[in-house]
Amino acid sequence: MNGIPLFTYIFIMWILLIVGGGLLVTIIAPISITGFGTINHLLDSSIKALIAILLVVVWIFIMSKIKNWIFQKQISH
Amino acid sequence: MMLDKTIVGIIISAIAFVTVYALTPLLIKSLTKRNLVVKDYNRVGGAMLPRPGGPSILAGILASELTLYAFFPSVEILAIMITTSIAFLVGLADDRKVLGGWFKPLALAGCAIPIILLGAYVPHLGFPLFGSVNIPELYLVLIIFIIPITGNTINSIDVLNGVASGFMTIASFALTISLFIVHNYDIALASLPLGFVSLAFYKYHKFPSKIFPGDSGALTLGSMYGVITVVGHVEIIAAIALLPAVINSFLFLSSVKRVIEHRQIKANPVVHTEDFKLMASTEKEAPITLVRLILAHGPMTEKEIGFTIFRLALFSAALAIITSFMMGIKI
Repeated sequence: MNGIPLFTYIFIMWILLIVGGGLLVTIIAPISITGFGTINHLLDSSIKALIAILLVVVWIFIMSKIKNWIFQKQISH
Repeated sequence: MMLDKTIVGIIISAIAFVTVYALTPLLIKSLTKRNLVVKDYNRVGGAMLPRPGGPSILAGILASELTLYAFFPSVEILAIMITTSIAFLVGLADDRKVLGGWFKPLALAGCAIPIILLGAYVPHLGFPLFGSVNIPELYLVLIIFIIPITGNTINSIDVLNGVASGFMTIASFALTISLFIVHNYDIALASLPLGFVSLAFYKYHKFPSKIFPGDSGALTLGSMYGVITVVGHVEIIAAIALLPAVINSFLFLSSVKRVIEHRQIKANPVVHTEDFKLMASTEKEAPITLVRLILAHGPMTEKEIGFTIFRLALFSAALAIITSFMMGIKI
């Protein structure tokens, strides 16, 4: 079928979304910063935001690599 | 109470569908009379088609959402109506005058402000299998990003006859089913008009199109989808239902490497064969898009490409519905 690589790509994107969500909830969300007084909350949020952005960048990088791998033939055409 | 909601659901669905179904032919006549037409480059002979269809889409949304608001008033429905209306105006401005590549994302970010001012959100981001995270400050940033992303994503897939409205019909009904599965009945009800206006508009937009939605139509549909995502707390599910369109935007952005309008690209990603089928461009400067990848196996008609995109949309819709079942499971 014509669109099989696209179905595969969508499926991989779905798996990565679920795995990424799992990383956020189980590892990043429980991180707690203490010992900085009134800026604890701000620091805590900023670090989590930074990690979340890094995760998105990593996700885009992985998707880009998988795109090249799956569609190599089509792109080279 | 549940029976009341079912009856109201049927009423607003009918209002949404009938309004667009009845108003669009009048809009087609009015736009044609005022010479507000654009060329359909994929049609043999290049027929001139009226644009934009956004006004009838917005009329359908507002008529049905106002009816729903009369029965069950809530800030969430207000947020849907206000944000969608502002997004329509942004699109209409772009339909009238070609604006820069950054205009739409920035203006659509502004459209999200009513959601924040009305407090029509809960700052939790829910994930399947793993639970949710409370992100009070980050969630505000997320809201500002969601509306431009969904608006532009639907706008960027509006490249062939019937694709934007057909795709939106599939994605929004998947979202409505998912909202029912996660027991968010009020927002599921409020999301029904999106599927029905898309379906009614598809009647006139499908191949061979009688009208184009234009930016006002595509941004109205995309932005309403975005607001429902936020007020219904189904961010991840909504993103999954939209994956084929997300791939299209991702491929486009990763190949042109900047935010530009489709009309600004140097080489067209698809070209015509002698028998007026569509074929992937061989030019190196042409961006990679979903349609170009679909055409990598050989030329296809516009209608065939549309149905291939709908099959991808149905696959994503199925994944979104599976995900909504997974929201209730924790490991």
